[in-house]
Amino acid sequence: MTPIIELQNVSHIYSPGTPFEHAALRNVSLSIAPGEFVGLIGHTGSGKSTLIQHMNGLLKPTEGKVFFGGEDIWKDPKFTRQTRFKVGLVFQYPEYQLFEETVYKDIAFGPKNMGLSEDEIRERVYRAAGFVGIEKENMEKSPFDLSGGQKRRVAIAGVIAMEPDVLILDEPTAGLDPVGRQSILQNIRDYQKAQNAAVIMVSHSMEEIASNVDRLIVMDHGAPAMSGSPEEVFSHAQELVSMGLNVPRVTQVFLQLKKLGADVDSSVFTVEQGAQQLLSMLKGGGRDA
Amino acid sequence: MLKDITLGQYFPGTSVIHKLDPRTKLVWVIVYIIALFLAKWFVSYALVLVVLASIIATSKIHLKVILRGMKPLLLIILLTAFLNLFYSQGDVVAQFWIFKITRQGIRNAIFMMLRITMLVAGTFMLTYTTSPIALTDGLENLLGPLKKLHVPVHELAMMMCIALRFIPTLIEETDKIMSAQKARGADFESGDLIARAKAMVPILVPLFISAFRRADELATAMECRCYHGGEGRTRLNQLRYAGRDYVAYALGLALIALIVVLRTFGL
Repeated sequence: MTPIIELQNVSHIYSPGTPFEHAALRNVSLSIAPGEFVGLIGHTGSGKSTLIQHMNGLLKPTEGKVFFGGEDIWKDPKFTRQTRFKVGLVFQYPEYQLFEETVYKDIAFGPKNMGLSEDEIRERVYRAAGFVGIEKENMEKSPFDLSGGQKRRVAIAGVIAMEPDVLILDEPTAGLDPVGRQSILQNIRDYQKAQNAAVIMVSHSMEEIASNVDRLIVMDHGAPAMSGSPEEVFSHAQELVSMGLNVPRVTQVFLQLKKLGADVDSSVFTVEQGAQQLLSMLKGGGRDA
Repeated sequence: MLKDITLGQYFPGTSVIHKLDPRTKLVWVIVYIIALFLAKWFVSYALVLVVLASIIATSKIHLKVILRGMKPLLLIILLTAFLNLFYSQGDVVAQFWIFKITRQGIRNAIFMMLRITMLVAGTFMLTYTTSPIALTDGLENLLGPLKKLHVPVHELAMMMCIALRFIPTLIEETDKIMSAQKARGADFESGDLIARAKAMVPILVPLFISAFRRADELATAMECRCYHGGEGRTRLNQLRYAGRDYVAYALGLALIALIVVLRTFGL
């Protein structure tokens, strides 16, 4: 299967020739398969944001090539713009990009730029609003009258309305309360299932990553340092800590238990898995006694 | 990219120019501007140019950075030169239709271009080598005597400091909003003038909202730290002249003296 997004030896240097010159990406090669849910982690300044902006052609690599569906996205300007519709990018704090008078108009901004018909736009706007749970009566309100969490939903809907094949989100849950976090993550999973879209999510919450993604890419100093399933990546707790990252809380508990001599499997990264482990251990212990 | 705008930006460094007292640098800029406007003929311009070149060389700021900062002014510089070229009286060198080029016109155009370029480059050197905080401290100190005349010197200095401080922040913010709207297919590069003006709305609205939000947050943060204006306010870093500042003042005086002498000889 051809990867939907592929990066080949991509490097990016900011402000070349000034004292602020800084290589944000160093020779990055990776590929994303259609329908895959990929988590992207790394400490601040590891190049995550620069990386995702290369995937939809907002940044041009200083060196290397970016492919969408097997085609070079920089081959001509028209294709670059088309790529932006197919690779939807939701920035950090996307609510700061809202500008229209009504929620409806703001969500319609992307589809309108795609040159769709009025009917098609209307359909997409309502479908997108449905995915993120915006009530119909809010559609004609000003987006600035909504709560922080609602604004975030409107902004995400603005990208989802373009119905991209790849949805990239930079810390979609930052600054939200736990209920808001869960529900936005659920919205993203719903969209992924409904459209069979690939999702790339940047997050600082190891718990969120552990319970959502199929694959995990760890960025360090502008290059992927590790890649694999959450099981694989979180089994390298030491290396993650040395990169300024961590493993989920539950995994920390189990690693500590193992250190103390308990016979547990430390590849646990959700509370459910942890509970099961403990239960089977207790049952086992009961039999011995 | 917007980030490459270097106007008013500060480039940290450890050169002598960076280490000079901000007051010295402010006075020097004034001296430099006076010298530039007193310059009458090529010899004087050459002298000022040598001074500028040595300042740039000592500061270790790349020439490329300065040239990039000048780019937005290119049009103004060319326009001024153009107007001077055609609107000067004197010995006609070339003539077509209603336009005539005079020898004085050519000379004026060259001098004007030199003057503006050197003026801008000189003032750039001030902001490139002085942090906004040092700059406002220096300004407040220099204008201190005006407080006696009830000029709100501290408030003005603080306003300037905040404005300078927020230039890079707002540029960064604009860049971010532009990227976000581009990700939704906004197009800022094509279309006629009206279409382009309309395309600015999705940037300007969020930018204004965020500017007001920032202003509000900053005001709250300042009040939380009991800011109440300049009255009785002490400083972490007191401004103190060092040996190099006296040398700089002496050199400034020498520059003015030299230019005045050259001027009396019509050079």
